[in-house]
Amino acid sequence: MWRDDLRGIFYIALKDLRAYYLKPPNISWGMIFPGALILAFAIRTPGDLRALAPGLVAMTALFSATSMEAIVITFERRVGALERLLLAPITLQAMLAGKVLGGVLFGLLVSGVVLVGVTAGFGLTAWRLGPALLALLLTNVAFSTLGAFVSVAVHEVFEAQTLANFIRFPMIFLCGVFVPLAELPPALQVLARFLPLTYAVEALREVLLGVRGWPSVLDLGALAGFTAALFTLATVVLKRRLD
Amino acid sequence: MTEGQPVAMPAVPAIETENLTKTYGDVIAVNGVSFQVQPGEVFAFLGPNGAGKTTTIRMLTGLTRPTAGGARILGLDLHRDLPRIKKQVGLVPERSNLYDELSARDNLIFMGQLYGVPRRERGPRADELLRRFRLEEKRDVPFARLSRGMKRALTVAAALVHRPRLLFLDEPTVGLDVVSAHALRALIGRLRDEGVTIFLTTHYLEEAERLADRVALIVQGRIVVTDMVEGLKVRAGHEVKVEVRLADPTGEGEEWLRFPAGDVEAAVRVALARAEAEGKRVVSINTVQPTLEDAFIELTGLSAEVMRAEKGNR
Repeated sequence: MWRDDLRGIFYIALKDLRAYYLKPPNISWGMIFPGALILAFAIRTPGDLRALAPGLVAMTALFSATSMEAIVITFERRVGALERLLLAPITLQAMLAGKVLGGVLFGLLVSGVVLVGVTAGFGLTAWRLGPALLALLLTNVAFSTLGAFVSVAVHEVFEAQTLANFIRFPMIFLCGVFVPLAELPPALQVLARFLPLTYAVEALREVLLGVRGWPSVLDLGALAGFTAALFTLATVVLKRRLD
Repeated sequence: MTEGQPVAMPAVPAIETENLTKTYGDVIAVNGVSFQVQPGEVFAFLGPNGAGKTTTIRMLTGLTRPTAGGARILGLDLHRDLPRIKKQVGLVPERSNLYDELSARDNLIFMGQLYGVPRRERGPRADELLRRFRLEEKRDVPFARLSRGMKRALTVAAALVHRPRLLFLDEPTVGLDVVSAHALRALIGRLRDEGVTIFLTTHYLEEAERLADRVALIVQGRIVVTDMVEGLKVRAGHEVKVEVRLADPTGEGEEWLRFPAGDVEAAVRVALARAEAEGKRVVSINTVQPTLEDAFIELTGLSAEVMRAEKGNR
């Protein structure tokens, strides 16, 4: 049973990468959009570009891991292809995990390139790359699961895009990407604590700029917690949708 | 019973349902359906659109949960043993639903991967199915660029990759041209010969008549009657008739007369007398076999036109 599930997770992710993710528009959207935002901010407010590096990596992960993930399940349900996966001898959770894994792998690929770029560009030491990859992995898992939740929560593809943007854009401005959390009004600081991007930025800031070189357990735990909660929610919602 | 003598064990039904029910809010889609399908049998669910045919298939394949009642598929409990059931059944849904972006062959390979077909067997199995469905030349063509008939054929092929013992076909020939529909029906016949149990839904009376060993008529979520095609005709009280066609000498004013086939001589005499009295001539005399359409109308109270009108007549 678990072998069937593992096999299903792997091949669903592989199929999604081939069928949807590894297309030039997706790759460019994942990299160019966060880069353009950072550049615009840097031009507007010249300062320590190095300080923006963690936010750039986290934002790239956010957009690349959710870009297709947020619409792929809605799309497949719409065209009937999701039934192919639901008919297979695997659990609903395994099917969903396969979808999430596709988003994670794509997010890791795109944000990993950006991570290597900023690490080299800002002279960050190579020994921090390991912890950074761990933080990046959990970041992408959390964001891809967020995408899966969005994808099952709506009926139409355009609704998925709207909902994804409704969640993503406020996060960019609330989660310490451009403005440190401490400089936000207290109410927004509290709100930011309920958003996964906050912990992704903090975790990456700790490994890329911090003195410890390791992300804090709190940040990694928060990302894992968001993943678990979103995955559970997505499973429940999808079950209801299918019934 | 003599000791040591082989005991004939009754075959486990391929499908056995008991009071299978599905409701959506206040709407009862399937209402306490109970039936059995024997191994190797072609069993047809015949009914108009919205009768509950597809919902029944969705429940039996685990795509949706029954609201009440239960089923055993190939001897396994639908609720408890769903993963094991899924390994042994295939479904051809009404809509051809493979992956547009993948080629014909890659779609089949992906199905093999999902169902755990061993790696070394996937390629040869995909090639075998492509040959069988005459799609070899389209093996590298994305699914999106295949014709409707080819898409349908590939969707059937995809359901066979893991060699299922039980195949569900939901409206298999809807939207197909005459040639493709004929080829698909021939394939269904071959699968039956190979021992695959087939459960098909259709609203085409002639399709059910041609393919099915037994037919269940389903209307508004309830099975009206289940029987062999001939049995349905008998139940409906239809028999062979003699049909005499009369017409004016000019060929206009055609008229058909029908008589019980039991007394052909009397029928001909009456027809000739009628023709003489009305100044017409006998154009043809035929025997007319009772059809499933006659039985359907008699047993369900619906007209065959209702079924045709709902999904478009071919």
